[in-house]
Amino acid sequence: MLIRRPIDIPASEITPREVYLNRRQLMAGAAGFALAASGLPGKALAAPLTFEKSPLSATDEKLTSLEDVTHYNNYYEFGVDKTAPAAHAHTLKTSPWTVKVDGLVAKPGEFAIDDLVKTSTLEERIYRMRCVEGWSMVIPWIGFPLADLIKRVEPQGSAKYVAFETVYRPPEMVGQQSAFPVLDWPYVEGLRLDEAMHPLAILAVGLYGEALPNQNGAPIRLVVPWKYGFKGIKSITRISFVEKQPETSWSRQAPDEYGFYANVNPNVDHPRWSQKTERRIGEGGLFVKRRPTLPFNGYADQVAQLYSGMDLRKFY
Amino acid sequence: MAGQATAQRGKHGFAMPRVPKILIYIVGFVPAVVLFYLGVNDQLGADPMRYLEQSLGLWALRFLIATLAITPLRQILNINLLRYRRAIGLLCFYYAALHLLTYVVLDQGFDFEAIWTDIVKRPYITIGMATFIVLTPLAVTSNNAAIRRLGGQVWARIHRLVYIAAIGAALHFLLVVKSWPPEPMVYAAIVASLLGYRFVRSLVKRSMPKRRAA
Repeated sequence: MLIRRPIDIPASEITPREVYLNRRQLMAGAAGFALAASGLPGKALAAPLTFEKSPLSATDEKLTSLEDVTHYNNYYEFGVDKTAPAAHAHTLKTSPWTVKVDGLVAKPGEFAIDDLVKTSTLEERIYRMRCVEGWSMVIPWIGFPLADLIKRVEPQGSAKYVAFETVYRPPEMVGQQSAFPVLDWPYVEGLRLDEAMHPLAILAVGLYGEALPNQNGAPIRLVVPWKYGFKGIKSITRISFVEKQPETSWSRQAPDEYGFYANVNPNVDHPRWSQKTERRIGEGGLFVKRRPTLPFNGYADQVAQLYSGMDLRKFY
Repeated sequence: MAGQATAQRGKHGFAMPRVPKILIYIVGFVPAVVLFYLGVNDQLGADPMRYLEQSLGLWALRFLIATLAITPLRQILNINLLRYRRAIGLLCFYYAALHLLTYVVLDQGFDFEAIWTDIVKRPYITIGMATFIVLTPLAVTSNNAAIRRLGGQVWARIHRLVYIAAIGAALHFLLVVKSWPPEPMVYAAIVASLLGYRFVRSLVKRSMPKRRAA
């Protein structure tokens, strides 16, 4: 075979047209949603999640199809090709799963994922997702505010940052087995505490109404819509509250290219490519038109004040 | 004509089935035709433009490597494919041109300001563009008339630019990706060994000037 054929079915034909064309109908109620979900490709997903719609879903933009959201992923623990996570992520066992919360908190502990889901009010958050590589999606996440968990564990006054860690299980994650790792495993990320407390920052446990597929970071991942996608650490096993700015995987790998903040910013180029524009996945096929990238990915009104007085060229 | 293909034993060993050169072009263009067909029919995945762009570039690099492999194949394994080298080299150029065209038309949408900024500011695009410029005189002089006009020695000297192009192409691929994934490193290693082979051989030859001609 001369050409690797990524998929056999046109991407646009998989999610029923009406599902992504008519979001209003989709939003009309859980019944409509269940109906739509039943038409989606068969996957070993958990039962549909119960959730509320959030007023913070501040976009009327067309959703990226479930097929594209689940088959075009950067999750280097499963390989560097965009299609590798969908092919290899099934080997990760996501149940049972606990998230260890430790560090500078009054109530550290281990949280079983099922308990976290049961004791949280799940919301649907439709967010834009802008990858540092210059493409974007619109994804209906299901999750809860990161702030809810933070309040439960009661951070001490000295806690200034939140550090996150992805699971490290080479037997279950083919990309972690390589003798020449693409990144230092496990993947680590971090936020300033005030960023983590921001109502837009969520821990997602699902998308398109159902539990997260493995390739999207099951069972629990971070979503910070005003930052580049790589800040959204997947398959989280540990959350630590710390005093000093934690190391993050990509800035450790190439500090001049990826900073700690990684806020979406069309005015600060990646050293090797422009960040002024982006391609929306699923839009236009071969003849996709670039659209301008917005400061803070269009969430400037909500989050810009977190960075007032900071030189965003220096703190990229 | 394929039907007339005969086995020949050339001066340099090995019986290779002789195929018409046009067949090299026809087979060589299959990936491009398949890619365009799949692309137009929305079967290149979630990001079809990027897939097309990258695949065309990768095929250009593969054909470039194939042209560089012809001499070592002859010298080491006694397999003579010299008569197909021009076709393979031109295929490399055509794929490089399609790759560039995809970038200009589909990726950047004729936004020449953005393209110029890319060329000036982005090393991988600077290198990619320079590589294409280096390949152009090779393509233009890939015909018998040019060899006659320039004379064999001048022509051969010009065509040594292919080594520069190979380094450029491998670097272009290495620089476009995040981190150090295996695929561009494998291609860079192949280019390095093909060039390294020539370098070592030239050193050996220089140290043995009286070596009898084969």
